[in-house]
Amino acid sequence: MEGLQTYKRKIGIFWWTKRLSHFRFISRELTSIAVAFIAIELLLLSKAIMNGEESYQAFVQSLTHPILIILNLIALGGILYHSITWFNLAPKAMVIKLGENKVPGFLIALGNYLGWIVISAIIVWSLL
Amino acid sequence: MKDLITLNVFRYQPEKSKEPTYQEYEIPYHKDWVILDALNYIKDQIDGSLTYRWSCRMGVCGSCGMMVNGKPVLTCATFLESYTPGPIRIEPLENFPVIRDLVIDMSDFLEKLKKVKPWIIRKDVGSEDREYLQTPSQLADYKQYSMCINCMLCYAACPVYGLEPEFIGPAALALAQRYNMDSRDEGKNQRMKALSHDTGIWQCTFVGDCSAVCPKNVDPAGAIQRYKVEGASNWWKTLLLPYASKD
Amino acid sequence: MKRSFEPFWWSLFGAGGALSALFLPILLLIFFIAIPLDLIRSPSFETVSEILEMWWLKLILTGVISLSMFHWAHRFRFTLEEGLQLHRWDRIIAVICYGTAIITTLLSLIFLY
Repeated sequence: MEGLQTYKRKIGIFWWTKRLSHFRFISRELTSIAVAFIAIELLLLSKAIMNGEESYQAFVQSLTHPILIILNLIALGGILYHSITWFNLAPKAMVIKLGENKVPGFLIALGNYLGWIVISAIIVWSLL
Repeated sequence: MKDLITLNVFRYQPEKSKEPTYQEYEIPYHKDWVILDALNYIKDQIDGSLTYRWSCRMGVCGSCGMMVNGKPVLTCATFLESYTPGPIRIEPLENFPVIRDLVIDMSDFLEKLKKVKPWIIRKDVGSEDREYLQTPSQLADYKQYSMCINCMLCYAACPVYGLEPEFIGPAALALAQRYNMDSRDEGKNQRMKALSHDTGIWQCTFVGDCSAVCPKNVDPAGAIQRYKVEGASNWWKTLLLPYASKD
Repeated sequence: MKRSFEPFWWSLFGAGGALSALFLPILLLIFFIAIPLDLIRSPSFETVSEILEMWWLKLILTGVISLSMFHWAHRFRFTLEEGLQLHRWDRIIAVICYGTAIITTLLSLIFLY
């Protein structure tokens, strides 16, 4: 509508604190920092393993630093939030049809959780 | 003594002031009143200058959407009772320019709606008289998306639309899906071109609020994510099979 | 029409999101929390180096690390642009984020192969 005088509201920089759902959204997005942090830790761990036993033991020893433990505990909160939100939201993007019927979303989420448990169990079993 | 409740209403009267103000109205509280009843009471009994849109009063026309205590709702379907003891803050739908009081300018939404071609596209239209049959299962594929009443609550809930005005937005994208998934439609490729643009689906970051506020359970967020999966697989297909037929 | 690269980045984001959700919690819990806190004994060097000698396990590990980084890059790019309203810097933010992910991927290839 040309020539109409309208009032445009501005969005503040802290818009994501105004509603719980938006705050939860930003928290979910920030879990990506935990993802990157853990990926880089894994990269350094595999480098240490490739460099031989001594460097592996030294690396494992260096992980006992209290600051690293605190960061890793924070990362645990982040990555769990990431996994749970990811598995719960995946059915929205994945629609699977069996014949004429849509597979209900909760079954797809359930499949994700089963996959999560199986993969975790295999990792635990092969490492410990 | 009758119970009273206070409404804090956003007022914008451009001929009086360039800045909006909030006006307090004290009105009788009735358990069975919706917000729209309260606004109608104000307009009839207290202040005839208060301006807002409404029509059907039964959640079908989609014109009485407003922000109530910061959340977009249809005021005809939201009871005063949910907000006792008050005060209740009433504002025009967020992310849209305000024309007057609670009335927003929806022209941007209408432009975007046109872009997704929300109608059935067929090559054989007009060539012969025939029926286009559809099974109940084919209807079920898109029925949910066809329930949209264009109330724009999802646009008011979407921070991405507020921050990036170019973003096509939830309802238009859900309506595009409604026609894409219709077995009678042949216009998917045309729509895909408009929508796989950067301002189309790819700007959505799946906040999910559009689906949460939708009064008709259309689930625009789900529609957009499905669109992304399809757009991404098309992207890889044309990369790996560049000479595969496309129409 | 100009070919959009968004579907490409989004695919990597999605793949990384799924892999990181499935693999990272347990790996974090074992290596970076339980072992440093002495809750469990760390696996012997033989165990872990044997795992890295299997080419397909190494491939999965590289994939998890690399795609997790691309997942971060894509999400963090939009978090910055929306949360802090930096959309006009999209180009430079994108280069920094995806660039970091590409560098990490190259490093994992150098370290592991």
